Amino acid sequence: MASYSTNEFKAGLKVMLDGDPCNIVENEFVKPGKGQAFNRVKLRNLMTGRVWERTFKSGESIEGADVLELDMEYLFNDGEMWHFMKTDGSFEQYAADKKAVGDTEKWLKEQVTYTVTLWNDNPIAVTPPNFIDLEVTQTDPGVKGDTANGGSKPATLSTGAVVRVPLFINEGEKLKVDTRKGEYVGRA
Amino acid sequence: MDKSVESWRPSAAIETLCERARLLAEVRRFFAERGVLEVETPVLGHAGSTEVHLDSLSTEATTPAGRERLWLQTSPEFHMKRLLAAGSGPIFQLARSFRNGEVGRRHNLEFTMLEWYRPAWSLKALVDETEALIRTLLPSAGVRRLRRYRSLFREMLDVDPFTASLAALQHLAGEWGGIAMDDIERDGCLDLLMSMAIEPQLGRDGIDIVIDYPPSQAALARHVTDVEGDRVAARFEVYVDGLELANGYDELVDASEQAERFAEDNRARARLGKPLVESDRQLVAALEAGLPESSGVALGIDRLIQLALGRDSIAEVMAFPTSRC
Repeated sequence: MASYSTNEFKAGLKVMLDGDPCNIVENEFVKPGKGQAFNRVKLRNLMTGRVWERTFKSGESIEGADVLELDMEYLFNDGEMWHFMKTDGSFEQYAADKKAVGDTEKWLKEQVTYTVTLWNDNPIAVTPPNFIDLEVTQTDPGVKGDTANGGSKPATLSTGAVVRVPLFINEGEKLKVDTRKGEYVGRA
Repeated sequence: MDKSVESWRPSAAIETLCERARLLAEVRRFFAERGVLEVETPVLGHAGSTEVHLDSLSTEATTPAGRERLWLQTSPEFHMKRLLAAGSGPIFQLARSFRNGEVGRRHNLEFTMLEWYRPAWSLKALVDETEALIRTLLPSAGVRRLRRYRSLFREMLDVDPFTASLAALQHLAGEWGGIAMDDIERDGCLDLLMSMAIEPQLGRDGIDIVIDYPPSQAALARHVTDVEGDRVAARFEVYVDGLELANGYDELVDASEQAERFAEDNRARARLGKPLVESDRQLVAALEAGLPESSGVALGIDRLIQLALGRDSIAEVMAFPTSRC
């Protein structure tokens, strides 16, 4: 894998730090007039999602990370692993573990396309599409005029996610949901 | 390079460029009123800056002397000093300057340096004039405070930058940077602490003038004795809103000391594996002929305009930063 000098640092570059693949979020060049230059870098650890702040001496090099982000369709869960298939026509399959799937588990629906992050050809993260259509499997019947809860109530969706919905939503309806905020957008 | 279709557009709004022009006109009026002559000197020279941590750009040119390596200036300092030695009197210049690798929110490879020299002026008088210039562009700037380099380190980091051991400085800098600093020299550690721990806190409610730098960070400034009896560099730096704006010197006029500093710079460059730079023999010759005792200051005009217009980055006050040129 190639290595990158601080001069090549930019947002989106994938590098290795402390043995984990990281995504550079922000890179700030710091230099007193005629003094030594440094780069203050914010990196997201792709394994943990945590953001690290590190300083590099300008000109220093670090190893690039063999990270790919690919579109894959979710197939099924075998009780332990979640299986995905590439959408490029190759039908190549990948199995992601609990750690890689993380919070996305509650948004996983068969035949929907997700962004799967591969590191050394292994899934390390699964990102849902920003909007997804899901069916309501359970919600209390809404009572007209009940505004004590701001006119909303919880609804459980087919994937297990729970979102707040307006009182007029009933079981069996299909909703459009924003996965980034976990919010109801409208009827699908 | 960004090849997207939108990249032909300037990074500054046209209205901002109008404001920029107005501020530059104010700078010129400021100096005209004070009888300081505007000069223009070459951007390309036969010698470059030997400063260890400044990387010059150079180019090959065909001249009457044949194929030659010419250097793009990192500041207009050397040519302006030759004018001083030739009897120009007080001079200023808005000069394009180039520093390789310096790109960021506060840096651009190519930028505009406002530099001026005052023969026979003390550093103190130049500090006053620098403050006056800054106030013409930043009328609302708060009080001015003089801060000693050494006191800043003592107050903010509980360390004496002049007497602390190298190991202690490396340890402290390592903590601030989150990196191993054991291969970094004394000044490198101080630079990290200055830019990460101290600088962000400077000029928060006014204009902070930092004086009495370590003698090893003199560049082209004279060495003098401070109130504690220690050798310091006779320089000042100006900070406003956490941003380093200007760097002034009581100029070194001793030709042999200047030649020795150039040589030492190149030895340090060699140690760090950096390319050597042709040092400016014509500047040394000018000093030998007699440079008047002078104070001079360089001010990053893009940054000052950025502050005056309340922008986040210098790219927002220049038409085309390097990424779009």
